[in-house]
Amino acid sequence: MNETKELLIKFEEALANADSSEALEALRVEYCGKKGHVAGLMGQLKNVPNEEKKAFGQAVNEVKQEIEKKLAEAQAEIVKKEEQKLIDSAEDYDVSLPMDMEMGSYHPITLIQREVEEIFRTMGFTIEDFSEIVDDFNCFEALNIPKHHPARDMQDTYYLSSGQLLKTHTSAAQNSIMKKYGAPLRAIFPGRCFRNESTDASHENTFFQMEGIMIDEDISISNLIYFMKTMLSEVFGQDVTVRLRPGFFPFVEPGFELDIQCLVCGGEGCPTCKHSGWLELCPCGMIHPNVLNYGGIDTEKYTGFAFGLGLTRLAMMKYGIKDIRILNSGNLKSLSQFIGK
Amino acid sequence: MFVSMNWINEFVDLSGLNIEELIHRFTLSTAEVEDIYYKGNDLEKVVAGKIISIENHPNSKKLHLLKVDVGEKVLDIVCGAPNVREGMVVPVAMAGGRVCGGEIKNAVVAGYESAGMCCSESELGISDDHSGLMEIFEDVALGTDICDIYPVKDIIFEVDNKSLTNRPDLWGHYGIAREFSAITKRPLRALAIDECEYDGEEIPVEVKSDAVYRYSALRINNIKKTVSPVAMRIRLFYCGMRGINLLADLTNYLMLEMGQPMHAFDGKKVQSIGIGMAENGGKFTTLDGVERDTGENTLLILNNDEPVAVAGIMGGLDSEIVGDTDSVVLESANFDGVCVRKTSSRMGLRTDASARYEKILDPEMTVTAIRRFVKLLKDIDDGAVVVSKLADKYVKKYPEIELFIDKKYVDRYTGISFSNEQIEETLVSLGFKVTAENDGFKVIVPSWRSTKDVTIKADLIEEITRIFGYDNFEIKTTLSALKPVRAEAVKSEDALIKDLLVNKFKLHEVHSYIWCDGKKYKKLGIDVEENCTILNIPTPENGTIRNSMIPTLLTIAYENKSFAPTFGIFECGRVVDGYLENGYCNERRRLGVVLYDKVGTEKDLYFKMLNMLKFIFRDIKHDDADFTKAVTVAHAYQHPKNTAEISWGGEKLGEMFTLHPMNNQKLDKNAAVVCAEIDLDKFFAIAVADAKYADPSKFPAIDYDLSLVIADKKYADIKAAWESKNIPELTSAKVIDMFDDGTTKSMTVRLSFSAPDRTLAMDEIQAHIDSILASLKEIGVELKQ
Repeated sequence: MNETKELLIKFEEALANADSSEALEALRVEYCGKKGHVAGLMGQLKNVPNEEKKAFGQAVNEVKQEIEKKLAEAQAEIVKKEEQKLIDSAEDYDVSLPMDMEMGSYHPITLIQREVEEIFRTMGFTIEDFSEIVDDFNCFEALNIPKHHPARDMQDTYYLSSGQLLKTHTSAAQNSIMKKYGAPLRAIFPGRCFRNESTDASHENTFFQMEGIMIDEDISISNLIYFMKTMLSEVFGQDVTVRLRPGFFPFVEPGFELDIQCLVCGGEGCPTCKHSGWLELCPCGMIHPNVLNYGGIDTEKYTGFAFGLGLTRLAMMKYGIKDIRILNSGNLKSLSQFIGK
Repeated sequence: MFVSMNWINEFVDLSGLNIEELIHRFTLSTAEVEDIYYKGNDLEKVVAGKIISIENHPNSKKLHLLKVDVGEKVLDIVCGAPNVREGMVVPVAMAGGRVCGGEIKNAVVAGYESAGMCCSESELGISDDHSGLMEIFEDVALGTDICDIYPVKDIIFEVDNKSLTNRPDLWGHYGIAREFSAITKRPLRALAIDECEYDGEEIPVEVKSDAVYRYSALRINNIKKTVSPVAMRIRLFYCGMRGINLLADLTNYLMLEMGQPMHAFDGKKVQSIGIGMAENGGKFTTLDGVERDTGENTLLILNNDEPVAVAGIMGGLDSEIVGDTDSVVLESANFDGVCVRKTSSRMGLRTDASARYEKILDPEMTVTAIRRFVKLLKDIDDGAVVVSKLADKYVKKYPEIELFIDKKYVDRYTGISFSNEQIEETLVSLGFKVTAENDGFKVIVPSWRSTKDVTIKADLIEEITRIFGYDNFEIKTTLSALKPVRAEAVKSEDALIKDLLVNKFKLHEVHSYIWCDGKKYKKLGIDVEENCTILNIPTPENGTIRNSMIPTLLTIAYENKSFAPTFGIFECGRVVDGYLENGYCNERRRLGVVLYDKVGTEKDLYFKMLNMLKFIFRDIKHDDADFTKAVTVAHAYQHPKNTAEISWGGEKLGEMFTLHPMNNQKLDKNAAVVCAEIDLDKFFAIAVADAKYADPSKFPAIDYDLSLVIADKKYADIKAAWESKNIPELTSAKVIDMFDDGTTKSMTVRLSFSAPDRTLAMDEIQAHIDSILASLKEIGVELKQ
C-alpha cells in the first residue's frame, strides 16, 4: 500500500509547483492519463495476491479520486487568480466626470400649458385650439361687447387689412366652441393673444392666455368657486385660498376678479403681493346670458361659468422669469434652460 | 378716485364701526381699494396762536422775530413767511409737536431762539399753498388745537378707477355712501337741496345735437364771497383737487359729491346757451390757457354762436369765473358718453368731467345737482340770489327698467339658498324699488343704475351676492355627468412633434412674433413679402403678417450665433398664406425648423434635416412622406437648387431647403443653415396608418449588391428600375455606399430578396437582377467595372 501513499505525496509535491492551467493539464495527464501513474498502479493489480486485490484496488481508486479532486480545486483556484488579474489590471473609471450632454428644450409656455391642460383633462375638460386672427364678431360682438366699448378702440387692438383683427383675448373662441359642442360643455382653450401696447419688463403685446368654460344645468357661483380653487390648488401644487371680488367684464354677469392668497407670504403681506396678502390672478364670472344666446345655448335650461388664466403670467411666476420679453426673444441662453417635459 | 370717510359719514352714520374693515368690505363687495391714507395723523401740538408783535431780524432781511400768544403762554418764534402781520391768528406748531411727519424742536435760527413754527397750509398738509402763513379767520380761543378747528383728520381711500368703469353711480361720494349703507345696513341720509321755487327770466337753452340728453341751467347773482370755507378746501384737496375760487370749488365739490360734472360760466358774459356740433374745426382756448383745435363732431356749448365750452370736457378761458364776478350761469348737463370719450381722446384732453361722462351718467341728476349747489352756496354766502327760472331741456330719457326675479332663480344661479327677505332687503338698500309679485319680486332699477349697468336679472344676482359677500359662499362641485374626453390630433400630434424635436433631435423651441420684423429681415437680406398688414401698428416696418415661419427663425438663429457652434430651433406658430374667398386671411398652423452648424458640412446638415423630417412622418403617421426636388422656389431666400418639396398623397405639405448663398453669407459665411417648414393643418389631417405586420420568412434572405456608376442620376431615378417591376421577392433596398471623386459618381445598392415559402434559387434572383440592370442601362446607369 505504500505505493499509493508515495504516489500521492509525489503528486502533491508536483501540484505545489503547478501555477497554470497548462501545468495542471500536464499533471492530470501524468497521473490520471491512460498511461499515467495511477493507471500504472492499477496495472500492478494482477501481481497482487487475490486476498489483497480488493483492498489494493480500493486504495488506488481513492488515490485517483483524491488526485482529481485536488486538480479541480487547483484549477478553480487558478481561474480565480486569472480573473483577479483581469480585475486588477482593469481601468478604474471616474464616475465623477462631467458629461457633456446635448439637450433640447421646450418653450416655458409649452411646459406650463401642458401642465394646466393635464389638470383640466383629468377633470373632464375638452382642450380646444383657436385661430389667432379673428373677426369683430368673435372677439367682441358675440361677447356682448358693444360697438362703442373702449376695449374696441384702436389703441388696444391690432386691426388687419383683411378687416379682421388679432385676437385680444382667448374669450374670442367662446362662441365657436359653444356652437361646436353645444351644452353641456366643459372646455379650455389656451391661445396666443395680442394687445397693441408698448413692451417693457412686465408688458408684452403678444402673450398667452387660457380660457375655460363650463356650461350645464344649474351651474352656480358656488361651483365656480369650487372649480377655481381646485384647479389653482393643482396648478400651484398646494392648497390655495381664493377670494372673489366684483369685476366688470361684458361677457360675464356677475363678473369677478379672483385673488389667491399670496403664496410667498401666506397672506401676511410681502413685496410680491404689494403687502396686500392677495394676488389678483384671474378674471372670471357667470357667462352672460347674451353670450350663451349668441352661442346657441338655451339660457332657460343652462348656466355656466367662464374664466381666463394668464399662462404667460403663470409661467413667469412658476419659473421666476422677471422680464416678460424673454419669452418671445428667441434667446437660447435663457430658453435652452427649460429642458424636460 | 379718492374717497373721504368724513364725507361718507355725512350721508351714512358709520360711528362705532371699524373703518378699515369697512373699506376692506368695500373691496370685496364693490370695487378695489388700492390704498388708504390717514390724513392729519402727523399733526401734533399745532394750535391757534396770535402774532402780538413783529421785529425785524437784525441779521436777515427775510426773517422776523415774532411774539406769538398761544393762550397759555407767549412764544418767541423766528419766522420767514412774507405775510406776517400783527394781530394775525395762525397755526403754530409748538416745540415737541409735529407737522408733516417732522418733529418741532426748540431751535436757534440765525442766532435767535425759536420755540416753534408758524405754518402754511402746505406745511399742515391741507393744501399745496406754501406762499405764506395760513390765517385762521374763525373765532377760536388761542391755543385751540388745529384739528378741533378744521376737519384735518380724515381717512382717505383710493379706488381703482378701472373697477368703477361700469358703475357711473360710484363716481361721487353719495353713490359710494349708498354702498356703505347697503354693506352696513345703516340708513342713507337724503341729500339736502334748495327747494325754493325759482323765478325770473329763464336762460334760453337751444339743443342742436342729439348728443345732448339733458341740459339744465340757472343764473345766480349777487355772490359776494369768493373764497371757499377751509373745510371744503381741505376736502377737495384730500380728494385730489386744488382750491381755485368759491364757484369753481363748488362745481368741483358737487362733482365729487354727486358725480355730476357742472360748469360755472361768468354770468356777465353768458346770456344764452346753444349746444351743437362744431360744423368746421376752429380754434378754442380752454380754461387751462391752451389753444386747441376743435375738429368736426366736437360738441360745443355756444353763447351767441361763440363757443364757451367743449361739452362735457372743459370750459373756455373767456367765460371763466374770475375774482370780480358776482353772477354765475350754472350748467348741469348730460351728454352722450361715447361722443365725449371720442372728442376727449381726439383732443388729447381728459378731464375729471369727461372721465365721468364716459361712464354714461344718470341724466336725472342734473336738477338735483343744481339745487344742491344752490343750497351749499346759500349756506356759505346768504346774499346769493337765484334770478332765473330753472332752464331744463330733458331731451332723451332712459326708459325705466323693470325686472322680475324670484328665489328659485337666485338659488339656482348662486348654488346657495337666499331668503326672500335677504333678496328684498339688499335690493332696497341699493335703491331698487321692490314689490312682491307671483312668489317673486318685481324690481324697478333706480335711474342711476339704468343707463347701462343693470339691464337683466343676472345683474340683480350680482347685487344680491356682492352685498352678501362671496366669502360667505359655500364651495361645492357640480353634479354634471362625466364624459370621456379625447385629445384631438391638433393637440396630441402637436405634442408628439415637439417631443420628438426636443427629446430625440435636441432642438430648442422658441416663440416669435406673428409679424415680420423688417429691420431684422434686412440684416439677412430678406425682403418682407406682400401680405396682410396691421393697420395700426406703431412701428410700420413690422406691420406685415408673416407668410412663413422661416425668416423670423433665421433672425433668431442669427442672434444666437454665439450660443453654440451647432444648434437647431423650431416653432409651432401661425402664418397667413394669402386670403380666403371671403377676403379673410388664410391662417395656417406651421412648423418651422432651422438648423445651424459651424462645424460640419452643409451636406451633412441637409441630410440630418431630411432624416429628422422623415422620422417625424414615420413615427407619427406610420408612413413616409414624399420628398422631391422643387422646380421653382417661392421665396428669394431659398436655394434655387437645394429646395425640396414635402408632400403626402400628392398634396404639398411643406418645404425643406438650404439658403440662397447671399442670405447664407449675411447670416454667417462660416456656417451651414438648413430650413424646413411644414403646414401643420395639413399634417394633422393625415390619417394615421395602421401598423403593418407580416410574418418574417422562415427562409434565408439573399443580399445582392450592385455597384453602379450613376452620373447625374438621383436615387429616385435608380429605384424606379426595380420599383416599376413590382418584384414580390424584393423585400428591401438600401444604399450602402456612395462615392464621388469629382469625375465619377457611384452608388452601391444592396437589394434583399426572400420568399415566405421557399429558399430562392440563385438563377431566379439573377433573372431579376438582369432585368433591373437592363432598365438601368436605359437611363445610362451601368455596373461599375
